[in-house]
Amino acid sequence: MVIPLAWYLIVAAALFCIGLYGALARRNAIGILMGIELMLNAVNINLVAFWRYVRPQMLTGQLFAIFVMTVAAAEVAVGLALVIAIYRSRDTVNVEEIDLLRG
Amino acid sequence: MFMFNLLWLIPLFPFTAFVLIVLGANPNKKLSHSLAIGGIGLSWILGWLTFFTAVFTPHFGEHPVRLTFDWFPTGNTWFETGVMIDPLTAIMLFMVPFVCLMIFIYSVGYMGYGTEHVDPRYSRFFAYISLFATGMLGLILADNLLLLFIFWEIMGLCSYLLIGFWFEKKYPDPRQITPKQAGLKAFITTRIGDVIMLLGMLFLYSRVGNLTFEHIFSHETLHMLAEAQVTLPLVGTLPVATVIAILIFGGAVGKSAQFPLHVWLPDAMEGPTPVSALIHAATMVSAGVYLVARMFPLFAAVEHGPQVGVVAFIGAFTALFASTIAVAQNDIKKVLAYSTISQLGYMIAALGIGAYVAGAFHLITHSFFKALLFLGSGSVIIGCHHEQDMMHMGGLRQKMPITFWTFVAGAFALSGFPLITAGFWSKDEILAHAWEGFMHEGVVSWPFYVWLLLTIAAFLTAFYTGRQISLTFLGQPRSHHAEHAHETPHSMTVPLMLLAFFALTLGFAGIPEEIIGHGRNWFHHFVGHEFAATPLSVPVMLLSAVLAVSGLFFGWLVYGRKPLAKGQPDPLVKALGPVHTVLKNKYYFDELYQATVVRGAIGLAELFFKFDNRWVIDPLVNAVGRGGAALASGLYRFFDLPVIDGAVNLAGKVGVALSVALFHFVDMPIIDSAVNLVGRTGAALSAAWDWIDLHIVDGLVNFSGWFTERVGRAFRLIQTGRVQNYALVVVAALILLVAVYLLR
Repeated sequence: MVIPLAWYLIVAAALFCIGLYGALARRNAIGILMGIELMLNAVNINLVAFWRYVRPQMLTGQLFAIFVMTVAAAEVAVGLALVIAIYRSRDTVNVEEIDLLRG
Repeated sequence: MFMFNLLWLIPLFPFTAFVLIVLGANPNKKLSHSLAIGGIGLSWILGWLTFFTAVFTPHFGEHPVRLTFDWFPTGNTWFETGVMIDPLTAIMLFMVPFVCLMIFIYSVGYMGYGTEHVDPRYSRFFAYISLFATGMLGLILADNLLLLFIFWEIMGLCSYLLIGFWFEKKYPDPRQITPKQAGLKAFITTRIGDVIMLLGMLFLYSRVGNLTFEHIFSHETLHMLAEAQVTLPLVGTLPVATVIAILIFGGAVGKSAQFPLHVWLPDAMEGPTPVSALIHAATMVSAGVYLVARMFPLFAAVEHGPQVGVVAFIGAFTALFASTIAVAQNDIKKVLAYSTISQLGYMIAALGIGAYVAGAFHLITHSFFKALLFLGSGSVIIGCHHEQDMMHMGGLRQKMPITFWTFVAGAFALSGFPLITAGFWSKDEILAHAWEGFMHEGVVSWPFYVWLLLTIAAFLTAFYTGRQISLTFLGQPRSHHAEHAHETPHSMTVPLMLLAFFALTLGFAGIPEEIIGHGRNWFHHFVGHEFAATPLSVPVMLLSAVLAVSGLFFGWLVYGRKPLAKGQPDPLVKALGPVHTVLKNKYYFDELYQATVVRGAIGLAELFFKFDNRWVIDPLVNAVGRGGAALASGLYRFFDLPVIDGAVNLAGKVGVALSVALFHFVDMPIIDSAVNLVGRTGAALSAAWDWIDLHIVDGLVNFSGWFTERVGRAFRLIQTGRVQNYALVVVAALILLVAVYLLR
């Protein structure tokens, strides 16, 4: 049995929505970062799925996925550093309490 | 052959258990351990069915079975991955799932199910050990090095999680290593080996373009690797096969805790005892030996190359080195930990001198009796209410009879008690092989040193085993806990008895043919059909039998004949003097690494910190800032004040003079009269405009101000300062746009 491409896309879409929900609804800054990670990985699933089904003779999809992972790693490193910096100055990682931009 | 099509299911069962426990079953302790045991139980059934199918398949060794699929393209070809079974995998499939199953069942009792001492992270424990079993089962079934490496790293992760399982534990003595630190230490130490192994893999891949075992071990590839030369700085020119073999061996050194990366294994005892059994018997450390056995054709590609010396020396040296440390340890699990390192040294040394079958045989038998010993020691620890110091035990023989007899079975197997234990036959085969090599190659050869070191280690092994039995089980209780010891529940004793059965009988699978007749050495026929059988050497066998019995007897003589009284020091302390201190402190390797590697890393980090904050980067930034400030103040003082200001003042004075002149001659006479006229007209007009301005223009202006303020107030409500709210607006707008697009 060959699994159709759509299944992978549905999984990826579901994962993306879960990540989006996490990024929007979580109060913990780390949780938001995790949500963003989920969204990035949903993109990865799409990339690899499309690569496999549409153009398996090229390595583009896989390479792009690796590229995304690299960027994600850098993003998490910066994000965590920011979270630590905020925690040091404001003693919280709850984003509800981090509203320096409030008008 | 149908059985082989289901191979890939074997690691999948415990993995499914892991996923189910993590995702849903974890609040329910009973469901969690049922899932874990069920998963590994299915793997065990399938593993043994596969094993027996393989055994009864004629000429199985010549035709390994592979199931593969394409993974990803590499240039013009696809990188294949999949599972494979050959005799080595088959015997591992006999050992790994069964020992894991025993350990899983035992864990139910050890982690205190149904008692008030139940571990708060009980379910998580079963999830972790299921993942660990997945790692090991996947590793032995992998048909290429890359897949093997992935499972290898899964085990590395699980060992970190499990050794540090009680991460909140702290000790009053700050020098005693905590579980958290032990987990980190194990992870980082094995990582050093893994990086070296990865280098070997990459080198291999760059030369061969394929990592599948079938391809690497084909005659042409091995020949090509053995013929090709590579010149390395400092080392000189070596065959490529040798370099790759030594690099890959680095991974085994880390995973199997061989000298000089052995330091993590004793500290790994900080984990729960079933984990110690899992790591040190069935899975993690066996993986290193398995790797060397799996890569054996590569190690054997260049005859008498330097890799023989490296592997044989490290193995034999570790065997002796660790057994000397074990003599002076008082923690019941530490003794076993060092004996594990020592026994792994036996296997590595055996593989180093070419005794492939003997090494694999010892790997299997050792797994059974070492799992038994660890579980037995765990049973003792639970029975004695978490007392681990053998000096505080004693007299447990009557209180814990099942634990005692099964422990003795395992201990006798470990020391190689003649004829009736598995350890005797497997250890003897290694020694016999080394002896045979020595007979062929003379005194100046690796087999001779291996034989010599391993024989001394065999005696020491028997001695510390005798010491351990005497201190733990014989004599009178030496502490309050030991007096009130009790036998452990059935979930712990039943696995002990089953393992004891195998620890005693498994050796009969590999009795030399000279004793039981031609063609009856089943193990050799199954695993090593292409190797000549090791001839039986009666003097070696007699010597190892005598050494085992005398070592045990000697241990009993020192510690068992006149049992230690409460608080009496170890008789060895007096007999060995300063040597004992050195042994007790493990040759100060931890201190050495602390002083060199750890201090070195911290020193380097401090150096970089200073480079950044004190010496170069920050001072540079500050210098740029100060330079800017100095430039600005210099410009102000030397350019702005005298030049610009002077010019401005001059212009001002000229302007004043000009305006005075204009006032007198133009303004007064002509302009004023005209202005007065315009003024009067203007006054009349402005009176009219005044009314318009007041009532219409001002009204408009006020309205616009009032309106802006209202709108601003309304919009201020969404300006919360919370980025998430802004993101929500973005997403809502996006959804709106998509909806518009779709409904267009």
